[in-house]
Amino acid sequence: MTLILKTEGLNKVYRQGGLVRARQVHALRDVNITVESDRPVVIAVVGESGSGKTTLAKTLLRLETPTSGHAIVYDRVVAGKGATPTRREFLGLVQPIFQNPFEAFSRYRPVDAYLHETARRVAGMDESQAEAAVAHALDSVGLNYGEVRGKYTSQFSGGELQRISVARALIPQPRLIVADEPVSMIDASRRMIIINLFKRLRDEQGRSFLYITHDLATAYYISDFIAVMNKGQVVEFGVAREVMSNPQHAYTRLLLDSIPTTNSRWRPRALAAG
Amino acid sequence: MIRLSDLKISYRIGNRVIDAVDGVTLTIPDRCIVGIAGESGSGKSTLMKAIYGDIQSPMYLSQGRIDYSLKGADGRPVTSETIRREWFRSLSYIPQSSMNSLNPVIRIREQFIDFPGSDSNKKRVLERARAYIGKLGLPAEAMDSYPHQLSGGMRQRVMIALATFFQPELIIADEPTTALDVVVQKEILLLLMELQEQMGNTILVVSHDMGVHYQVTQKMLIMYAGRVVEYGDTDGIFSDPQHPYTRMLIDSLPTIGDDSLRGVLASTAGAGGDRAFRVEPHLVEVKPGHFVARGEHSAGVAA
Repeated sequence: MTLILKTEGLNKVYRQGGLVRARQVHALRDVNITVESDRPVVIAVVGESGSGKTTLAKTLLRLETPTSGHAIVYDRVVAGKGATPTRREFLGLVQPIFQNPFEAFSRYRPVDAYLHETARRVAGMDESQAEAAVAHALDSVGLNYGEVRGKYTSQFSGGELQRISVARALIPQPRLIVADEPVSMIDASRRMIIINLFKRLRDEQGRSFLYITHDLATAYYISDFIAVMNKGQVVEFGVAREVMSNPQHAYTRLLLDSIPTTNSRWRPRALAAG
Repeated sequence: MIRLSDLKISYRIGNRVIDAVDGVTLTIPDRCIVGIAGESGSGKSTLMKAIYGDIQSPMYLSQGRIDYSLKGADGRPVTSETIRREWFRSLSYIPQSSMNSLNPVIRIREQFIDFPGSDSNKKRVLERARAYIGKLGLPAEAMDSYPHQLSGGMRQRVMIALATFFQPELIIADEPTTALDVVVQKEILLLLMELQEQMGNTILVVSHDMGVHYQVTQKMLIMYAGRVVEYGDTDGIFSDPQHPYTRMLIDSLPTIGDDSLRGVLASTAGAGGDRAFRVEPHLVEVKPGHFVARGEHSAGVAA
């Protein structure tokens, strides 16, 4: 069994307000998650806005330092006390994908420049290696380098750009990819392309994913483990199927109950007139 | 009733003309919730703006017409020319990301007074507004708050309160719940449905979430590339979708607890998600009240 992700007593407290009337906001409250598995996994983190999902992602990406506690990714402490990897080592282990691909890339630079930069600066490749790595990464997300080269964000659809973000994240061969709401800016009919891409990368390339979302349906579809967050706490954590089919916590049940499904209606409706 | 006749709405950008709504002919009956689905760029929001009468440059009506069966405040029938005078009287609009459409520097109570169709007697308006927001599940203090002091869900309730305060005959809601999480989304949608039943008016709901449409709407309109792909009763559309695009929209919704779909979805979405569809401009009535754009038979998929 490999230790894929472990957080121990992870806390994050933000201070809000001025000097006199400062208020403390507990974005993460004693978060303890342990994921061990023989094969790479997708871990979903679900919960409403303000539940601490994004703070958890930012902590794992080292964009925020935890107030206390630490996080381990593939046997290495990456955040909190005793975090050892250098920045470059860290970025070779954990890579991000953000919510809005139009904001992740600048409008004024061709997108493939970002891929090249990641290859040279993070993976430490030379020009010709980088060229090959970019082509390979784009190929594994179903895009052709020739069609991407020299183009700007406005020349792609949201789904294509998000696939380019995934390709960029793949270049340093990370073990874990942290994806914060990666499909919420993409058309509903195209979301499954990204979701299925994660699945394929897990199975074929051995990448693990931390998939942060408020969409329980896709979380159920793709994830091996699921963590349900509410008010900074993980209220339920376990194997995705078990959590979803037999939710123990009232909040998980409320979430599941609120999804607009096409199986049964919340309330009967009057028939259409005319 | 709203009748769209061969409606074409275009945008003029530089020397280019883009037909965002490209020849739409259909009739929307009274007293029902109609859902409009389709992806970004399919013309949903443009069509809603046109029905609302908010046609401003670079957008223009290049062909066709819209007829309303609404009665204006002066008792005369509303036309495309006079519809602006009826905004927030007999029809209202809940815009996209509407919770950010509240004036940030004045309190909620002032938003009710500072409002196009408002009564000139401020005290009377305020009394009614206070009672009304209570009915919509907002605390009384909300009236004295600034928008930033309220949560996203509360702001959305305030927007719905403003849009329904005058009991309009037609409400257009453009993605009313996109920025909200599922728990709040359900509350807001149930509220809209209840209000519609009480007022007996027509609500047009734009959403890309097929689950929302199934829960809320009685009729559905599917758009693709500026054209109407399918139009009919929601139950009929879900039980027997006619156009391949509609089928794909319905299939792209993963369901919890249905493991049989896990494999199927992977294959259809991976291969089919990026395909393009051909949509013929004319609708054919395949069953009573169920219209489909079908030119060449079963030639819906264009490579």
